[in-house]
Amino acid sequence: MEKITNAIQVVPIQHYIYLSLILFTIGVIGALMRRNSIIVLMCIELMLNAANLLLAAFSAYHGDPSGQVFVFFIMVVAAAEVAVGLAILVMMKRNNHSLDIHLLNRLSDNN
Amino acid sequence: MSLIFYILAAIAIISALVMVFSKNPVNSVIALIVTFLAIAGHYILLNAQFLAVVHIIVYTGAIMVLFLFVIMLLDMNRENEPHKKWTTKIAAVLSGGLLLLVLLAALKKLTIMPTQHAVNNNMGLVHDLGQVLFKDFSLPFEATSVLFLAAMVGAMILGKQDKTKV
Repeated sequence: MEKITNAIQVVPIQHYIYLSLILFTIGVIGALMRRNSIIVLMCIELMLNAANLLLAAFSAYHGDPSGQVFVFFIMVVAAAEVAVGLAILVMMKRNNHSLDIHLLNRLSDNN
Repeated sequence: MSLIFYILAAIAIISALVMVFSKNPVNSVIALIVTFLAIAGHYILLNAQFLAVVHIIVYTGAIMVLFLFVIMLLDMNRENEPHKKWTTKIAAVLSGGLLLLVLLAALKKLTIMPTQHAVNNNMGLVHDLGQVLFKDFSLPFEATSVLFLAAMVGAMILGKQDKTKV
């Protein structure tokens, strides 16, 4: 077990940075590309998780537990965001009978 | 040893791509759950065991089940999404790729100094994390509880059926 849990001494920190960058970029592409609001919300979750992974990697690399505590705070924010976001989506479906993200354009003034 | 890292990284990236590109929302949720499990494996590799357990409980156990609930509730488990134009899709992939390129180019100049900290094998366990959380971060901890309360009240008010309209 001790051998397994010391990956940071074998895998360089750069590879963790690359992995989280790729995951973050996939999240950005999904949020720009999809029209279904639920998928967009899931892509935002993916982006938050990429940031979490990087925080945990740097925390392990520096031997400082504060990074892992920050991951807990990000999880709290993500959970709150999902609760409110899904409530908004349920309301949007109830009023518009659709989850198309383009329907939110009518929130703006100039169309 | 480092092979586990690369296998988990490949699983995470592939299932994230499946999540973005699959047409059925239920398949997207399943793929995202696989991504989260792979990330939990990364946490275990990083010697953050408590974080891995909490990640599995909160994300796969609570958040993704909530997503699945809403998808079932709104009767969306069909492929009825209107498609964006091809130009929009190409523009999205192009801008995402450019973002990745810029970040990678910026990181190429980065030199990371090796730290001389002794590796503490108990760092990711609940005892040490609790010490840090309740000593150094007690005010942010209380602030997050207020945030949770506000989010709970907000979600209930938003989800309430509007009696005056129907």
